[in-house]
Amino acid sequence: MVSSKSTAKKQGLINCTSCHLLCSPGSIDKNQKAHCPRCGSVLHSRKPNSLSRCWALVIAAIILLVPANLKPITITAALGQTQADTIMSGVIYFIHSGMWPIALVIFVASVFVPLLKLSLLMLLLISVQRKWRWRPRERTRLYRLTEMIGRWSMVDVYVVTILVALVKLGAVARVDAGPGAVYFAAVVILTMFAAESFDPRLIWDVLENDHE
Amino acid sequence: MTFQMTCHDCDLITQMPDIKVGKTALCPRCGSQLAQPKSNSIEHSLALVITNLILFTVAVNFPFLAMQSSGFEQQSTLISGVWLLHNQGMNSLALVVLLTCLCFPLLQMAGLLYVLLPLLFKRKLPGAIKTFLWIQKLQPWSMMEVFMLGTLVSLVKLAKLAEIIPGISLWAFALLIFTTAAQLYFLDRHQVWHQLGCADG
Repeated sequence: MVSSKSTAKKQGLINCTSCHLLCSPGSIDKNQKAHCPRCGSVLHSRKPNSLSRCWALVIAAIILLVPANLKPITITAALGQTQADTIMSGVIYFIHSGMWPIALVIFVASVFVPLLKLSLLMLLLISVQRKWRWRPRERTRLYRLTEMIGRWSMVDVYVVTILVALVKLGAVARVDAGPGAVYFAAVVILTMFAAESFDPRLIWDVLENDHE
Repeated sequence: MTFQMTCHDCDLITQMPDIKVGKTALCPRCGSQLAQPKSNSIEHSLALVITNLILFTVAVNFPFLAMQSSGFEQQSTLISGVWLLHNQGMNSLALVVLLTCLCFPLLQMAGLLYVLLPLLFKRKLPGAIKTFLWIQKLQPWSMMEVFMLGTLVSLVKLAKLAEIIPGISLWAFALLIFTTAAQLYFLDRHQVWHQLGCADG
C-alpha cells in the first residue's frame, strides 16, 4: 500500500459520498451542482453546512432530552392502581427487583448512550471549530463509534411498544405509552441525523493546511 | 496492477495493489476500512436476501407473542402492536416502529433482490442505481436487531406478570437477525457499484 500523502480535495477531486467513486467535478448542471458520473448523486467535497447542521440537531436533541427523562414513558394500570414510569424509575424498579442485567441494558441504552453520543458529538464539533490538531486518528474513531451506537438507544421505545401491545388483559392490567416515549424517540432520531451530518474529513483538513 | 482508493473518513487517496479475498484494506492515515472483498459476494448476498424475505413473511404473518394470565389470553402480531399504538393516539410512535422494523427492512430486501438478481447476468434493470442508493441510505434506519433486544427485555419484564408464549413469528424474527447480519457481511458495496457501473442497462 502506497500513500500518495494527498487528499482528494487537494487534487481538486471529489470522493462521491454515496458510491465512493473518485470524481473530477467536470460538468456542472443548471443549479451549479456537479454530479457523480456513476451514481448521479450531487458531489460535495465536504458535507454542506456540516458544522451548523450538526450543532442545530445536537441542541434540539439536548432540549428534548429533558421531557424525555421527566415525563412518563409508560402508564401501567393494574388492579385499580395506576403507575407512571419514567426511564430512570424503570431502571430503579429493575434494580430493586434484582433484575440487574435488564437494569443495565436499559440504563446503558436509554441514559448512557444518548448522553455519551451527544457529548462526543459536541467534543468533535468544538475540536473542529477550534482547529485542534490533537489525535485526529482517535477522534475519527470516536466519530465512527457515535455513528454505530446511536441506534441501540431505540430499545426502550420498542419495549414500550411490546408492552402496550401485549398487556391488555381485560380489567386486570393495561399499559399505555406515555408522552416521554415520543420525546425519547425524537432524541434518538435527532442524534442519528446529527451524527450523519457531521463530516469526519473536517478533522483532517486542519492538518492538511499545516503542510502548505 | 494498482488502483486508487479514497478514504471516506479522511479523504486521503491511497494507491493500492489488488486486495485479495479475505483481506481488509485500511486507510493508512485514519484506519477506516477502505475495502473488504468477499468471494462470490453477489451470489451469497442474493441467497441470503431470499432467505430474509421468506423469514420476514413468516415473521409478519404469524403470532409474535401470546400472554396468558388468570384466564385471559392476549395474542399479538408485529402489526397489531403498531395498530394498538395508533389506536392510543400514539401515531408518531406507531410510525417510528412501523418504518424502522417493518417498512425499511422490507424495502431493503426487495430492493436488493431487484438490484442483485440482474447483476448475476451482468444486467441492470431501470432504476437499479437509484434503488441501491436508497438501500444504502436506509441502512442505519433498519433496526430489527434493536427491536429483538427490546423483545428480550420485555419478555423478562412480563415473565413475572403472566405466562408468555413465544410464537412462530418470534423465532423467525430471531433467525432473521442472524441472516441479515450475514447478508450485510457478504455484500461488498464496492463490487456492486463497480458492476452497476459497467453493466448493460
